[in-house]
Amino acid sequence: MSDSTDKLVMMANQIGRFFTPQRDGEPIAAIADHLEKFWDPRMRAAIIAHAAKGGAGLDAPVRDAVKRLKDVKVRATL
Amino acid sequence: MSLVHEIDFGTPVSKSSDRVTLTIDGQSVTVPAGTSIMRATMEIGTKVPKLCATDSVDAFGSCRLCLVEIAGRPGTPASCTTPVAAGMAVSTQTERLKQIRKGVMELYISDHPLDCLTCAANGDCELQDMAGAVGLRDVRYGYDGANHTKQAKDESNPYFTFDPSKCIVCSRCVRACEEVQGTFALTIQGRGFDSKVAAGMAEPFVDSECVSCGACVQACPTATLSEKSVIEIGVPEHSVVTTCAYCGVGCSFKAEMRGEELVRMVPYKDGKANRGHSCVKGRFAWGYAHHRERILKPMIRETIDQPWREVTWEVAIERVASEFKRLQAKYGRLAIGGITSSRCTNEETYLVQKLVRGGFGNNNVDTCARVCHSPTGYGLKTAFGTSAGTQDFDSVEQADVILVIGANPTDAHPVFASRMKKRLREGAKLIVIDPRRIDLVRMPHIEAQHHLPLRPGTNAAVLNAIAHAIVAEGLVNERFVREYCDRDAFEHWAAFVSEPQNSPEAVGLMAGVSAEAIRGAARLYASGKNSAIYYGLGVTEHSQGTTAVMALANLAMATGNLGRPGVGVNPLRGQNNVQGSCDMGSFPHELSGYRHISDDATRTMFEKLWGRPLDSEPGLRIPNMFDAAVDGTFKGIYVQGEDILQSDPNTKHVQAALAAMECVVVQDLFLNETANYAHVFLPGSTFLEKDGTFTNAERRINRVRKVMTPKNGMADWEITLAIAKAMGFEMRYGHPSEIMDEIAGLTPTFAGVSYELLDRVGSVQWPCNEKAPLGTPVMHIGGFVRGKGNFMITEYVPTDERTGPRFPLLLTTGRILSQYNVGAQTRRTDNVVWHREDVLEIHPHDAEQRGVRDGDWVKLQSRAGETAVRAEITDRVAPGVVYTTFHHPGTQANVVTTEYSDWATNCPEYKVTAVQVSSSNGPSDWQREYAEQAEHSRRIAKVAAE
Repeated sequence: MSDSTDKLVMMANQIGRFFTPQRDGEPIAAIADHLEKFWDPRMRAAIIAHAAKGGAGLDAPVRDAVKRLKDVKVRATL
Repeated sequence: MSLVHEIDFGTPVSKSSDRVTLTIDGQSVTVPAGTSIMRATMEIGTKVPKLCATDSVDAFGSCRLCLVEIAGRPGTPASCTTPVAAGMAVSTQTERLKQIRKGVMELYISDHPLDCLTCAANGDCELQDMAGAVGLRDVRYGYDGANHTKQAKDESNPYFTFDPSKCIVCSRCVRACEEVQGTFALTIQGRGFDSKVAAGMAEPFVDSECVSCGACVQACPTATLSEKSVIEIGVPEHSVVTTCAYCGVGCSFKAEMRGEELVRMVPYKDGKANRGHSCVKGRFAWGYAHHRERILKPMIRETIDQPWREVTWEVAIERVASEFKRLQAKYGRLAIGGITSSRCTNEETYLVQKLVRGGFGNNNVDTCARVCHSPTGYGLKTAFGTSAGTQDFDSVEQADVILVIGANPTDAHPVFASRMKKRLREGAKLIVIDPRRIDLVRMPHIEAQHHLPLRPGTNAAVLNAIAHAIVAEGLVNERFVREYCDRDAFEHWAAFVSEPQNSPEAVGLMAGVSAEAIRGAARLYASGKNSAIYYGLGVTEHSQGTTAVMALANLAMATGNLGRPGVGVNPLRGQNNVQGSCDMGSFPHELSGYRHISDDATRTMFEKLWGRPLDSEPGLRIPNMFDAAVDGTFKGIYVQGEDILQSDPNTKHVQAALAAMECVVVQDLFLNETANYAHVFLPGSTFLEKDGTFTNAERRINRVRKVMTPKNGMADWEITLAIAKAMGFEMRYGHPSEIMDEIAGLTPTFAGVSYELLDRVGSVQWPCNEKAPLGTPVMHIGGFVRGKGNFMITEYVPTDERTGPRFPLLLTTGRILSQYNVGAQTRRTDNVVWHREDVLEIHPHDAEQRGVRDGDWVKLQSRAGETAVRAEITDRVAPGVVYTTFHHPGTQANVVTTEYSDWATNCPEYKVTAVQVSSSNGPSDWQREYAEQAEHSRRIAKVAAE
């Protein structure tokens, strides 16, 4: 994993550790929703790509949440 | 233009709701019970002569000038200390009163230098005015008797002088220091003829406990305490009411001028945030505005190792636009972004985010609130539905229990702290939760009932433990929860906090505080009639910052401490416009009014008005921008009024990010640390040079008014307009009021805000709209904005930043009274007298183990980097904890802090860094190299003479 992927994994797990203990609603959906709402497309694309390669380091609920993320097309050009 | 004169009613206003009618000089007047006769006379426009009375302090009754006669009562009572009574008939001018007053004035003047023509207060002296008011024409006693007119001046304070020869010992300064500021630095020393005002233990002012708030100078009726700027320049001839550009209190000031020269800043009594008080920064530390290091011409360079070249505005703006266009063409639309400033106005931050979203075509916009109060926005919105504090500052006057957590108000929010201290002296109880023994824990006439010196990083755990005690001991306000909160969420939360791992006993061991203290704090907070929470960056700047904010919201909801004056959850915002910059849509995921960018209806509204399609995806936050820059996908940035290199964590990482970008544009007053990596420098304007608004920590929108022409030629908002036009996204505004009109049209919480309204009523607190045309001082009355209050589970998750054998101590960082954030402004004022360098506070036990003596250079080392500072040995910090400030680039405290951040918002974890401290010979190699690089980078090429 690159440094930046390591960091994204850590950040995603942090999010997971907040939502997993919540008792209202579904934690995996909440994690996915947070990533959709607050992560830039390139960050989401990177974590999706990492999860697709096995998602090393991702906590289980986070890995499940990342799987639910919509495919991100980083429209990097004008 | 003329001076803004404020009426001095002589004594404070009475808050009684009972009314009393009396007659003064034959005129009937009705006033609140408890009002002094003096104030009642002023209500009908009659000025009773006075010297020792002023309405910022309680009546004292010493000068014997304000005497009146009351029908049916013997003698001549002082009108300042005599309250009104129903049916009372008062005479303010009789032969007897005239003779007494003239006699009193003769005595005063017989011991006063007669140098009025050359006195700094000539024309602005109450003694002079009173001599005229009583018709004094002669002093029968002569001037040769024993007197005080040859006493030496104390000029030690950099901002004001104390000339005891002009002192009439009215005690106004002493009382202002006690009652308004709450420092108790001044006293009357000696008795009778030997009575004199003394600072501290009869020390020079600068060596005493005096905090230079200026309350004494403002209260002085003579030239005894005078601003040095008035002595140097002369008395001002006109003034303009504006808002301080330092902390989030947002004090109103009169900028008193001669022409375009600022003479002094005087706190405005009608300012609803500060109520006529000030601190050393707002009152005196404005000299940076004309400091010789201020850059006034745009500059460019191709690479950062070149010297700067001064160019015209046209060339500089064209360079910005062409470079940003080039980067987007080469690397893609998402390759650039911008940062709005919490030091700039609402209108300016709004324009920067508009430029990024509409002109750059992406949402890569963020603000320095990212690194301070972003968890507040997320946490309070989740709990209550609004990303802001719940109260106004006046609310503290009705608090019975005050819980201060992770905030040091006497240093960081001193004017609000004075109001809080006043309430505490009146008997409110205090809980302090902070790793350091901050001043509030024990100071004159104030002592916290509970101080929980918790281990840095354990806020969420301790707050859960407090909640545990509240639930376990049946202290929940069941009625409030039932009526206003989501029942299921409450039940889940109550079950969670009741779990054994959240008990005070379990948490206390881990957090380093006693279970008894946790339970005591819980009982006190829950049992207060009105309990209010005030918090700062010691809550937010953690990996669980947002969790802790939610935990505070949970406590307030569970105990019913919301929805009325005296209670609430109150974030103390760091910079002057942190609240405003957040409100204006500076975060990458949301538009103004905290509406998510993915919301089609909201986005469409903006698209229609701006004439551009907007991206529905969130953009990069500041730390993400740095990561993307290092990864090679983020290539250009426009930074308005923020020094990200000095203020953001892990300086080496920020350096690497900036160095990786191809176009860094810095807009600032000075060549700050970020500018060392910039390719274009756009000189900014000060708050004195532009119109606009700031929104303070209590959601109060205050006017900023231009008092002088921008020395750099353009206000900051005009610079952004120029960039936008060059980028092909022209915005047309003739005045910032038009920008506010657009904001009001697009933002429901600002719908009623206009400059016309602000000029008419002074200030308003949002929401200000049809439902609340004059704003909303207290929120969530009768229910929450989101509907039912939302209890979230706030499980404690320890930070990944851990101590160990290599880094056994925990570093936490903060601020000091005399300096402001990265110090760009305050380091360029005489405030350096009080704080010339950052120091490291270390407990005697830890110092002894390392052989460190007070004042020694020490190496401060973490996993991220190392720096060197001088040590200050103190037991303000607990063993195992060290503390420093981040005001000086020579120290670069953030070279040590890490990139760990809040789970929800990426707010950096400044407050917890595992470090080691060891002896050092002086600055580190990195500091020396950094200083050399900075000096090299700041070279400005000399322009050849034509």
